[in-house]
Amino acid sequence: MQYADYMALLPLMVLSAACAAVMLLIAARRHHGLTVLLTLTGLAASLAVFPVALRHTPIQVTALLTVDAYSLFFFVLILLATAATALLGHAYFHAWGGHREEFYLLLLIASLGACVLAMSRHFAAFFIGLEILSIALYALIAYPRRRSASVEAGLKYLVLAAGSAGFLLFGMALIYAEQGTLDFSALTGGLSHSGPPSLVLIAGLALVMVGVGFKLALVPFHMWTADVYQGAPAPVTAFIATVSKSAMVALLARLLAPLDLHAAPGLFNALAALAAASMVGGNLLALRQQSVKRLLAFSSIAHLGYVLVAMLAAGPAFVPAVMFYMTAYTISQLGAFGVIAVRSTQAAEADSLDTYHGLFYEHPWLAAVLTAMLLSLAGIPLTAGFIGKFYVITAGAQGRLWWLVITLVVTSGIGLFYYLRVVVALFSPAPAGQTLPTNASPAAFSGAVVLSVTTCLLVWLGCTPEFLVRLLQRAAP
Amino acid sequence: MTLIGLIVVLLAGGLLAAMLGRHHPAAARWTALAALALDLLLALAWVLPAVARPMQSAGPWPLEIMIPWIPSLGIGFHLAADGLSVVLILLTLFLGLASVACSWREISERGGFFFFNLLWVLAGILGVFTALDLFLFYFFWELMMVPMFFLIVLWGHENRIYAAIKFFLFTQLAGLLMLAAIIGLYFVHGRATGVYTFDYPALLGTHMTAATGMALMLGFFVAFAVKLPAFPVHVWLPDAHTEAPTAGSVVLAGLLLKTGAYGLLRFVVPLFPDAARTFAPAAMVLAVAGILYGALLAFSQTDLKRLVAYTSVSHMGFVMLAVFAWNEMALQGALIQIICHGLSTGALFVIVGMLQERMHTRDLSRMGGLWDQAPRLGGFAMLFALASLGLPGLGNFVGEFLILIGVFPQAPILTTLAAAGLVAASIYSLWIVQQAFHGEAREKWRIQDLTGREAATLGLLAAALLWLGVYPQPVFETARPALASLRETPGSMPAPEPVTASGGAISNSGRQGEIDAIR
Repeated sequence: MQYADYMALLPLMVLSAACAAVMLLIAARRHHGLTVLLTLTGLAASLAVFPVALRHTPIQVTALLTVDAYSLFFFVLILLATAATALLGHAYFHAWGGHREEFYLLLLIASLGACVLAMSRHFAAFFIGLEILSIALYALIAYPRRRSASVEAGLKYLVLAAGSAGFLLFGMALIYAEQGTLDFSALTGGLSHSGPPSLVLIAGLALVMVGVGFKLALVPFHMWTADVYQGAPAPVTAFIATVSKSAMVALLARLLAPLDLHAAPGLFNALAALAAASMVGGNLLALRQQSVKRLLAFSSIAHLGYVLVAMLAAGPAFVPAVMFYMTAYTISQLGAFGVIAVRSTQAAEADSLDTYHGLFYEHPWLAAVLTAMLLSLAGIPLTAGFIGKFYVITAGAQGRLWWLVITLVVTSGIGLFYYLRVVVALFSPAPAGQTLPTNASPAAFSGAVVLSVTTCLLVWLGCTPEFLVRLLQRAAP
Repeated sequence: MTLIGLIVVLLAGGLLAAMLGRHHPAAARWTALAALALDLLLALAWVLPAVARPMQSAGPWPLEIMIPWIPSLGIGFHLAADGLSVVLILLTLFLGLASVACSWREISERGGFFFFNLLWVLAGILGVFTALDLFLFYFFWELMMVPMFFLIVLWGHENRIYAAIKFFLFTQLAGLLMLAAIIGLYFVHGRATGVYTFDYPALLGTHMTAATGMALMLGFFVAFAVKLPAFPVHVWLPDAHTEAPTAGSVVLAGLLLKTGAYGLLRFVVPLFPDAARTFAPAAMVLAVAGILYGALLAFSQTDLKRLVAYTSVSHMGFVMLAVFAWNEMALQGALIQIICHGLSTGALFVIVGMLQERMHTRDLSRMGGLWDQAPRLGGFAMLFALASLGLPGLGNFVGEFLILIGVFPQAPILTTLAAAGLVAASIYSLWIVQQAFHGEAREKWRIQDLTGREAATLGLLAAALLWLGVYPQPVFETARPALASLRETPGSMPAPEPVTASGGAISNSGRQGEIDAIR
């Protein structure tokens, strides 16, 4: 490894050092606020050295990782989302008894895994990153270990993730057997040779897609989503919805971007079917949910379906569109789950739609933030989600995927219905005599920071997206 | 800049009203009124003169502003006004004032947020009438939906949530289809010319195959037909109108429906002339079906508000008929019909709102004999019902008459059927007056006659209708260059019938004759 390699990896190394530092701090002294502070400092330090890495890009570091503008963009997105999750965790766990400090350690480790995923260009790195992320997530989901729903969710995630990892490994093995290498770039050759690609390679890719589909919760690999979203503590749900998915999308886009999927029509059709099924299934399943977390879980299935549409459109707009969509999606989800986290107490998650009736009259700002986030997820103007949806449809139209675009349009029309249900609940009068529980501790400040920053970003990107669009067009590999 | 100013004044006024309204409900009302009055003043003092008497150097857009917005995707913040836009801007602000006036006392709670939503809807509508970038147009198109949704959900009547969600889903789904069509057009144009842009003037005259043109045209058409509303997709309208608060109904009927008509005029036919010509017979059949079906359903309603709502389906059918005939006389008629329907139906909704405020019912079968109690209210109701049925001397007559004359040479049978809609209109309009104000008093109502504020609101609307009925020439003069340039857009028009060939020649003198006859 050269000097430049170390410089390029510096952000990742600082992040690893932060993990160790937080662990040592917990061993030395248990203090909730101090742990959060150190976690945020670690994340900030890692972000601070990112310009150093940027100066050496693009560069391949060992056979496993690649550091370029694209992976660094996702790196920044992941770290910022992690910082937001840590702040939400502070607001959420503030009044809890018991050990709260390890939560932040696990969070840092999970974000490290996510960063490795975003940088990987090799199936080995893919698997390493995935496992670092997943193992930390098992513990994070089941973190409130006296709450049976959380433990159940953690166990469910463990079993299913382990199963899907099996598929993934088998797929990698098949690809290795065919190509003799685990490098992503070899796939391009495998698919573009004259003549149909070999069956073993296609089977390998299909099995890899099962693993990826599980992580992204695409239909029909979505069974875990609703239960895990509901059972996990709200900040962890936010983390799963944003960081875990962004990292996997980053990897998938890097995997698919150079491939000529039309050389393998079977694979292309399977992916198109996956996208269509996710859009239809996610939106339909969300329609009648009474739990806000389950509703957002199903809606996230649909959102990943939209992203997949853009990915299938192999054109110049594809990668920037995916990156923009994931940014807008991350902001909106963090804000939406942030409101849930701020309103939850140790006794109960603010999950049932009934507890949102009349929120506007008791906490107008919370209700306004949640409304903005939901409208962004629904793709209404003045929000980042609108530009994101527009960009994704543009990418789909550029790839002439008219059927998928029409499906996207129609299903997102259906999707409006359930977003509006929540919005209507926020503004309808509260049932008489009910008081809305809200976490009004001093730690609510850290929640307020997250909510105001995400809201400002949401509106800013919705009004003046030019800056980000230009950035993404340059960063796309 | 003036155009941006118009929109910004409303947006800022809305924010101010929302902030003031939490503690001083009266301040929110006055803020809304002041913002609209200021806007109307701006429009009359700067926008109207600039458009009505353009400088020699001005192109087709006497008033225009273009700021790069998302240049990397070919999106610009491009606003412009021509005669068509300016007439609709004035209508928007005028009806906006009326809707603030009619909610003066009706809205008792959360007044600040109410006027915020009202002003933002109006701002979105102004944006729709002036946007010349298709992305920006879609942006405003969607933007006006959300506050309207809140107006219905928060201040509506019994069944408001159902109605609001139905309204939002219909228009949003159709809007998304339009978005897909806009993006399709963007790529068709980009691949043909290498210039990827959403700019309307650049996209005019894009060459495309017949099938592509038809698919894209239908995407636009569906969005506008839902908004108009045209016959099979009108089902959201009765619910939304009935459940909305009075101001919401006024804005819906008077302005939101007009954005559909404006879209057909500005975008569907000029952008896709060939597809529109192929599709015209089908569209005209739908239009006539809407005219007759709307009238029939209106007659069978007992809920007064629902009745007025269905008349909109009927009246807006005339506009669609005229747009797809696409000759000068029909288009002039369509414009007058757009304005007069906005005024007369808006006024009828205001009257229904006043009745409901006094009697807490909209049930026609419980009214009757109200004239004795409220002669001034009855008189105004009579006047607007007569306008709605197309009495000569009031604006609606000019519109419908010009439309029928313009369409007749191209589709005589359909025109005849559409004229039957006028007969139905006289039945249901007189039915309203007879049932509500004449005859036996079915229940012992004690209601108050019009207050000064209410009389002023209705009086202004009535004066405008009378003016348009007697002397519509200023509107024609203002809008003629705009309508002419729409008809001359690249590759646009000549409809198959000979009438349009000579239409330009006869229409001037011919229309003058019509108007003289009306006088």
